[in-house]
Amino acid sequence: MADSDAQSPEQTVIMDEDAVGAAIHRLAQEIAADNPDIDSVVLLGILRRGRPLAERIALEVKAMSGTHPRVGSLATTLYRDDLRAGVRPAKAGGGETHFDFNVDGVTVVLVDDVVSTGRTVRAALDEVMDYGRPRRIQLACLIDRGLRELPIQADYLGWSLSTAPEDHVAVKLRETDGEDLVVIERVGRESAENDGG
Amino acid sequence: MSLCIVNGHLIGPVSGISASMDVLIEGDKIARIGAGLSGDEVIDAAGCVVCPGLVDLHVHFREPGFESKETIATGSRAAARGGFTSVVTMPNTAPPIDNAGMIEFILRRARETACIKIWPAACATKQRAGEEITEMGELKAVGAAAVTDDGDDIASGWVMRRVLEYADMCGLTYLAHCEDKSLIEDGAMNEGYNSTRLGLPGIPKAVEEMRIDRNIRLARLANAKIHIQHVTSAGGLAIIREAKEAGLRVTCETCPHYWTLTDEAVTTFSTNAKMNPPLREPEDVAAIKQGLADGTIDCVATDHAPHTFTEKDVEFQLAPFGVVGLETALALVITELVEPGLISLERAVELMTSAPANILGLPVGQLAEGGPADVLIFDPKAEWTVEPHEFASQGRNTPFAGRTLRGLVKTTICDGQVVYPW
Amino acid sequence: MTETAGTAWTRKDLVGLEDLTREEIELILDTAPQFVAVSARESGIKKVPLLQGRLVVNLFFEPSTRTRLSFELAAKRLSADSMSVSASTSSVVKGETLHDTLDNIEAMHSDIVVIRHGYAGAARILAERHSSHIINAGDGRHEHPTQALLDAFTMREWVRNTRQEPEAGLDGLRVAIIGDITHSRVARSNAWGLTKLGASVVLCGPRTLLPPNIDGMGVDVTSNLAEAIHDADVVYALRIQLERQSRCLFPSIREYIRLFRVDADSLKAAPPHALIMHPGPINRDIELAAEVADGPRSVILRQVTNGVAVRMAIMHVLVNRPKPNRDES
Repeated sequence: MADSDAQSPEQTVIMDEDAVGAAIHRLAQEIAADNPDIDSVVLLGILRRGRPLAERIALEVKAMSGTHPRVGSLATTLYRDDLRAGVRPAKAGGGETHFDFNVDGVTVVLVDDVVSTGRTVRAALDEVMDYGRPRRIQLACLIDRGLRELPIQADYLGWSLSTAPEDHVAVKLRETDGEDLVVIERVGRESAENDGG
Repeated sequence: MSLCIVNGHLIGPVSGISASMDVLIEGDKIARIGAGLSGDEVIDAAGCVVCPGLVDLHVHFREPGFESKETIATGSRAAARGGFTSVVTMPNTAPPIDNAGMIEFILRRARETACIKIWPAACATKQRAGEEITEMGELKAVGAAAVTDDGDDIASGWVMRRVLEYADMCGLTYLAHCEDKSLIEDGAMNEGYNSTRLGLPGIPKAVEEMRIDRNIRLARLANAKIHIQHVTSAGGLAIIREAKEAGLRVTCETCPHYWTLTDEAVTTFSTNAKMNPPLREPEDVAAIKQGLADGTIDCVATDHAPHTFTEKDVEFQLAPFGVVGLETALALVITELVEPGLISLERAVELMTSAPANILGLPVGQLAEGGPADVLIFDPKAEWTVEPHEFASQGRNTPFAGRTLRGLVKTTICDGQVVYPW
Repeated sequence: MTETAGTAWTRKDLVGLEDLTREEIELILDTAPQFVAVSARESGIKKVPLLQGRLVVNLFFEPSTRTRLSFELAAKRLSADSMSVSASTSSVVKGETLHDTLDNIEAMHSDIVVIRHGYAGAARILAERHSSHIINAGDGRHEHPTQALLDAFTMREWVRNTRQEPEAGLDGLRVAIIGDITHSRVARSNAWGLTKLGASVVLCGPRTLLPPNIDGMGVDVTSNLAEAIHDADVVYALRIQLERQSRCLFPSIREYIRLFRVDADSLKAAPPHALIMHPGPINRDIELAAEVADGPRSVILRQVTNGVAVRMAIMHVLVNRPKPNRDES
C-alpha cells in the first residue's frame, strides 16, 4: 500500500509507546483469563509483526501465570487467495512458517498487528489446520481497522478504528521498526472519530 | 500479332548491352531489339529492367510422386512469378527419372501443364542407388538436360568415376550434390557453436568440402565436366577456386539463402531454416559473397524444395530439409548483392540467365533477334514484403516470410506469351 | 505480510536457462525454500493450495521415472490435478503432430504442460504456439532447465549451510561437470545457469564427447579429469550412455572408467571439501564409484528432495505470475 502523493496525508498518532505496551498487557490478561489451561495455549504470530507481538504477549502471560506459552511463526504466503489470483508478485519476502510443536488438541492464538479484510486470517486458519487439528483457534490483534470482507472477528483486540481503504495504518514495533507507534495517515478528509477499543 | 516492350532498360548478358532499348516480339521469337520500336500490343517498361527470362538449374517440382508438395503446374507458376522461364527439374521423384520413359513423362506433363520451359535432369544411376549407370545416351536423346543423383551423392568412387566419364561422353553434365554422409549421423544443421548451443546434431562443413574435393579429383581423372551444386562453405569454395585456376572444367552454383542467412536463423527451431546443405556461419556467407563477386561462383540457383505445411510443422529434427526459393531469388540477389554494391545489376542478370544456361548448353538465357522470346521485366527499385500465402508455389516453407525486399517482377514472358501476371 | 518488490516473473513458460536473467533464476531459487518446508512437514498435510483446481499434464515422449515422479509430486503438493501421458514420437508417423497432441490436451483445459521430448526445441515450439504454461522437462540434447535449477539450488543450500552465510550465492564457485557433454542437456542448462549465477564451470569428457565450440557458452573445457577437478568446489558426474560405445565415441567402459570415473582415487586431485553431485540415475561404479555416491560428500539424494520443491516453485511462479490488468494499487 503506497502512500498517495496526490494529497499530503494527515498523520494522526493512534497509539504511542505507552499505549502499545498497555494494549499488549491487556491482550495478555484477556488471553490468560480466558484460558485457564494456559499450558495448552500456543501463540502463532502472523509474519511479519505478529511474531514479535506474540513473543511480547507470551512474556506478559508468563509474568501473570508463570507459564511461557510456546510461540511460532505463520507466513500464510502459500495460502493467500490474492497470491493465487496473481494479484501480488510471486516472490513473497515475508519469511517462512516455523514452529517446532504439534498443534493437535491445543488452543492456537493467532496474533497479528492489524486485522482488516480478514483474508490474511482466513489464510492463517487454513495453514494451521493443514498442520493438525487444534482444539480451538482464537485471534488476537493490536488494531482492527474495519473494512472486513469475511466474517472474521478478533477474540482479543487492542484498539479499533474505522478507516477508509485509502488510509494507511502504520504499526511500528521496537523489534522490527525501532519504536512502538501506531499512526494513521488519512488522505484528504477530516479525521474520523476513534471509537475506542 | 506482335508485342513491344518499350521505355525499359535492356540488359543483354551475352551481347553486353545495358542501355535504354525496346524489344519487339513476334510469335515466340524476338524480332528486333532497338530504339523507337512499336507493336500491336505495347508494354511500358519505364523504370524497369528488361532482360532474358531467368534460368534455374536446380528445382524440385516433386511430380511424380509428391504432388501434395508441388506439381509441374504449380512449380512453373511459382517460377513465372519469380521471373524464371527455364528451370532444370531434379529427378528425385517417385519413381525417379532414371529412364527415357520418365523423361518423356516429365516433358509431356510440362507441355500439358507448365507455363514455362522445363528441362528435366535425369538420374545418373538407376533408382538413384549409386550402383548402375543409367542409359544416358538414350536419356540425352529424349531430352534430359543433365544427370544427377541430387540429394544422394554417389558414395562409391568407382561408380562416380564411371558416371563422370560416361556422362561426359554423352554430352551430359553431372550436377553434383556434394555430401559425404559417412561423416554425419542424423545431422540437422551446421555443426558449430549454434548446433552445440541448441543441442542439434551437426553437419560439419567437412561433409561438403570432402565430397567437393573427391568429385573434382574424379572429374580430373575422368577428364569430365562437373557442376557443383549449392556451395555453402568457404572451404568448399576454396577447393573449387583452386580447381578452376588449374583449368579444370568445373562450375558451381549457390543459392540465395547461403549469402543471406547464417545458422543463427535456427535459434527459434524454425524448420524453414532447415535445408541441406545447411545454413553456415558469417565467414562462409562472406566467402560466398566474395565468390559471387569474383566469378568463382558461376551462377545462382534456388534449390526450390517445397514441402507441405504439415511436413514442416514438426520438431526441427523430424522436418524434411528444404526451402522454396523461386519467388524470392531475384529480390534477394538485388537486395543483398546489387544494392550493397557487391555486384552490378548486369552481373546479377548474367548470374541468373546466360551463366546457368551456358553451363548446360541450354538454348536460353539471352536476348537475341531470332532467339526465343523469353523475357523478364522487373523493377529493381520497387519494395515488397514476402508473404508466403501469396506464393504460387504450393510450398510456403520460406525463411524470408515478412522480410521487405527490393526488386519486383512485373512481367514474365515465355515463348512470346505473358505467363506472369496471370 | 511484506512483499519484496524485486523482479516480477513475467514469462509464460520455462523453456531453457539460456533465455533467463540472473534475477529470474534467483527468483525461482528464492521461492523454493518454503516448498522444501512444505514437503518436510512432520505432521499434518504436506501440500498447499496454490494450484488448487489447476490441471498439470506431464507429457513424456521419453521414458523417465524420477523426473516424471518429481513433477507429479510437485503438482500434487500444490493441490493441482495432475496426469501423466506417455506418448511416442512415432505419433508423427501415425499422422498426428506434436502440435495436434497439445491441441488435444488443451481442449481439456490444461494449465501447465510439462514436456519431455527426444528432440531439441520441442518445448520452445509448443510455448510459442499454445496458451498453456509449458515447462521443459528435457528436450533432446538442448536443455533441462528444472534439473539445472534444482542443482543450483542444492549447491546454494550447501554453500549457505557450510559457510553459515544465509544470503550467500554461487559467486566464485567452481563446478566441474564430467562425462558425455555432447549428448547432455543437463550440462548445457547447468552451463547457462551456473555461469549466470556467477559460478565458473569446467566441462570435462572424452574429446569424442565434447561438442564443438562449447567454450562459446563461457565455460572451460578439458579432457583431463585431474585438471578439471583440481580446484572444483563441486564435482558433477553425468550419466554415460553405455550404447555410445558402439558408435565409436569411446572404446570401452573399462577405458572410460580408467580415464573419467569419479572415484576415491581420482578425487585425490580435488579439494577435500568438494561436493559430489549426479543428475541420476547413476550407473554405479561406471561414471561414479558407489563409495563416492553414497559417501559423506554426496548430495545426490538431496538433489532429488530439492527437485520437488524447485519444481513447485517453478509451477507457482508461472501460474501465479502477476496478471498485468489486476495490479493492486
